[in-house]
Amino acid sequence: MQKQLLLGDEAIAQGALDAGISGVYAYPGTPSTEITEYVQHSKEAREKNLHCTWSANEKTALEGALGMSYSGKRALAAMKHVGLNVAADPFINSAITGANGGLVVVAADDPSMHSSQDEQDSRFFSKFAFIPTLEPGNQQEAYDMTRYGFDLSEKYRVPVMLRITTRLAHSRAGVQRREVNAENQISLPENPRQFVLLPANARKQYKDLLKKQAGLEQESIESGYNTYTDAADKKLGIVACGLAYNYLMENFADRKVPHPVLKISQYPLPRPMIEKLFNECETILVLEEGQPLVEEQLKGYLSKGLHIKGRLDGTLPRDGELNPNIVAVALGLPNTEGAPVPEIVASRPPSLCRGCPHIDTYNALNQAIAKYSPGRVFSDIGCYTLGALPPYNAINSCVDMGASITMAKGAADAGLFPSVAVIGDSTFTHSGITSLLDAVVDKSPITVLILDNLTTGMTGGQASHAEGRIEAICRGLGVEEDHIHVLKPLPKQHEANLEVIARELEYRGVSVIIPRRECIQTLNRKMRAKFKNKEKGN
Amino acid sequence: MKNDIILAGVGGQGILSIAAIIGLAAVDMGMHLKQAEVHGMSQRGGDVQSHLRISDEEIASDLIPKGCADMIISVEPMESLRYLPWLSPDGYVITNTTPFVNIPNYPEIGKVLDIVQQQPHYVMLDCDTMAKELESAKSANMVVLGAASPFLCIPFERLEAAVAKLFGKKGDAVVALNIKALNAGRQVALNSK
Ligand SMILES: Cc1ncc(C[n+]2csc(CCOP(=O)(O)OP(=O)(O)O)c2C)c(N)n1
Ligand code: SF4
Repeated sequence: MQKQLLLGDEAIAQGALDAGISGVYAYPGTPSTEITEYVQHSKEAREKNLHCTWSANEKTALEGALGMSYSGKRALAAMKHVGLNVAADPFINSAITGANGGLVVVAADDPSMHSSQDEQDSRFFSKFAFIPTLEPGNQQEAYDMTRYGFDLSEKYRVPVMLRITTRLAHSRAGVQRREVNAENQISLPENPRQFVLLPANARKQYKDLLKKQAGLEQESIESGYNTYTDAADKKLGIVACGLAYNYLMENFADRKVPHPVLKISQYPLPRPMIEKLFNECETILVLEEGQPLVEEQLKGYLSKGLHIKGRLDGTLPRDGELNPNIVAVALGLPNTEGAPVPEIVASRPPSLCRGCPHIDTYNALNQAIAKYSPGRVFSDIGCYTLGALPPYNAINSCVDMGASITMAKGAADAGLFPSVAVIGDSTFTHSGITSLLDAVVDKSPITVLILDNLTTGMTGGQASHAEGRIEAICRGLGVEEDHIHVLKPLPKQHEANLEVIARELEYRGVSVIIPRRECIQTLNRKMRAKFKNKEKGN
Repeated sequence: MKNDIILAGVGGQGILSIAAIIGLAAVDMGMHLKQAEVHGMSQRGGDVQSHLRISDEEIASDLIPKGCADMIISVEPMESLRYLPWLSPDGYVITNTTPFVNIPNYPEIGKVLDIVQQQPHYVMLDCDTMAKELESAKSANMVVLGAASPFLCIPFERLEAAVAKLFGKKGDAVVALNIKALNAGRQVALNSK
C-alpha cells in the first residue's frame, strides 16, 4: 500500500480504524477536531456503521467510550487539553475501574495557546491518574502508537492516553498503513464488580492499578518507543520527549548527535534507561513540549546532585512551544535568523466574518446596556468571544465553557444588576444547561443571551446538539415562558431587538434571549453544495 | 534536493491548495514531505502560514528553522513580510501585490511593496488582476505558485500534472484555466529572473 499524506490527527483516526474500533466519542476542540471528522468522512467507518457522531461535551464523550469498552469493544475518545478538565472525573475513575475492550483517550495539547485559553500539559493528568501515556513524535508513530495503545489497554486492562500537541495534530506527512483488525465481539467484564466503585471495591481496584505500574514501566522499556542512542561526548546527555526529538535532530544535518540521547515517547518513564544516562553523563538537558514534567521528576524537590538543564533553569523558555531554534540555543549551537519583521507589518487578529449574526447581536446589546456602568457582560467560548476585540468591546469575560451563565449569576448574587451572560448554542448544551438551572432555582436576576447560529462555529461548523431544542430546554429548566424571546439578529431588526434586550435587562428574574440566525460560513457551504448538486442534476 | 517553503496569506485565501499541489508533485517523485498547517482560531480572517518541507532525505522537524527557508510564497503582500525571519539570506520572496485589507491599520501598500523590492531576491506580481484577465478570478493562488515554480526543485510538468490531478474532478475546463494561470505566473518570474 502506498503511503498516504495524513495530518497527525488523521493518522490517529486511521490507526484507530485499523485497530478495529467500534466507535469514536468526542466534542470538537482545536487541535483534536480532525480526528473525529476523519472517521465521520471515512467510507470504511460508514460501511461498518461505527459510532462517530459528536457528544454533548468531553465528559459525556469519555463516558460513552468507557461504556463501549465495558462491552468489550474498542473505543477512542478525543478531546483538546481543556476538554480533559471537563472529562477529568470519568478519566481518573476509569483508571480505577480499568478497561475491558481497549480504550484510548487522545488529549491534544496546545502549547503557545494557538487556539486555547491555557497551555496545560495533559501528561500531568495521566501521571496523576496512573494511566500509561504514549507521546508520538511524528505522523507514522501517531498511527502505530494508536494501534499499540489499544493492545496495551487490553493487555493491562487500563485506559491509555495518547498525548499530542498542535504541531503534530496539524502537520501532514506520509503514513504507511498496516493490516486492518476486525472489531471485537461484545464480551462483558469477567468480574461483574470491576466497574462498581463502591469504596470497598474501589480500594481493591486501586491497589490493582498500582500493582500494574511495574509492568507498564517494563513496557516502556521494551516497546521500542523509548530509545537510547549512545555517543562519545558524555559531558551532556539529552532526554528528548515526543516532538522535541525532531527539533533536536533538525540541528544535526547527518542526524548524528554527539551526545547520548534518550528519546521518550512512552510513560511511565523507563527508570533504568534514565539511570544509565544519569550515570554516564555530567549534565542532563531535558527537552519536552509543554510543561517541565520530566524535568521536575528528574530534578527532585531540592534539585541536588547532577545538573539538570531545561525549562526550569532558563536554558529553554518557561512557556510556549519548542522549535528547532530554541533547541539550537539550548545546545549552544549558533542560532539562525533571517531579517527582522519590518515595523510596518500590522498584526491581523482573527475577527468575526462579514455578515456574522453575532455582529448584529452585539450591536443591539451594546446599545441596550450603554446606560449602565461598564463591565457586566460575562461571555463564553466560541466565535462570539471575538466580541471582546474592537470595534465591539462587548464582553468582559471568557473563562471556560459554561462559565458565562454561572459567573453572571455569582455577580448577581453579589448585587450586580443587571448582570448578563452571552453564550453560544453549542456551548450552552456543552455546559450551560446546569448553570442555567442554578440561576432558575435561585431566581437570579440575570439576562442570558444564547447566540444560536445553528452550529459549532469556532471549530469549523460541526453539528450542534442545541439545534431545535433550546426553547424546550429552557422551559424544561423552569425559565418563565414570558421571559424567553427569540430574535432575528439582522440590521433591519435592530430597533426591535434593542427594545427586547433593554426590557429584559430590567427584569429581576431569569430571562433568556435567543438571537437565531445561521452562521454565514455554514450557510455558504450549504449553498455551494446545493449548487453543485443542481449542476450534477442538469 | 530540498525546498523549505513558507506559504503565507490570510485565513480563507486558499494557501492550502498551493501546498496540496506542491505536495502531490513531490510525493509522486518519491520525495519526503512535512507540512505544518494552521487550523482553528486564526482561520477567521487572521494571518495564516504553512511550513512546507520537501526533501529526498528524511525530514526531522515539522517547522522550518528561522533563517533557513528557501522561499516565501505569499498570496498577500504584507503577509509576505511577516515571515522574513524565516527566510534564508539567499531565499526568494514571491508575492501577490493585491492587498487584503480587513484591518483598520493596514499600512500604505506602496511602502509594503517598497520593502518587498528591497529584498535581495523577489518576484512581485498582481495575481488577482492576472487571474481576472484569464477569466479565472479564483486562480490567483495558481498564478503565484507559477511564479514560484522556477525556484522549486520540482519539474514544471510535474506541477501541471498535480494541478490536473487536484482539479480533475471539477472538469477539464477548470483544469485548463488553472494550468493557464500557473503558466502566466511562471512567465512573469522567468522574465524577471
Ligand atoms: C472544554 C472545551 N471544549 C472545547 C473547546 C473548544 N471550543 C471553543 S469554542 C467551541 C465552539 C463553540 O460553539 P458555539 O458555542 O456554538 O459558538 P460559535 O463558535 O458557533 O459562535 C469549541 C468547541 C474549549 N475551548 N473548551
Ligand atoms: S464562522 Fe460563523 S459564527 Fe464564526 S464568525 Fe464566521 S459567521 Fe460568525
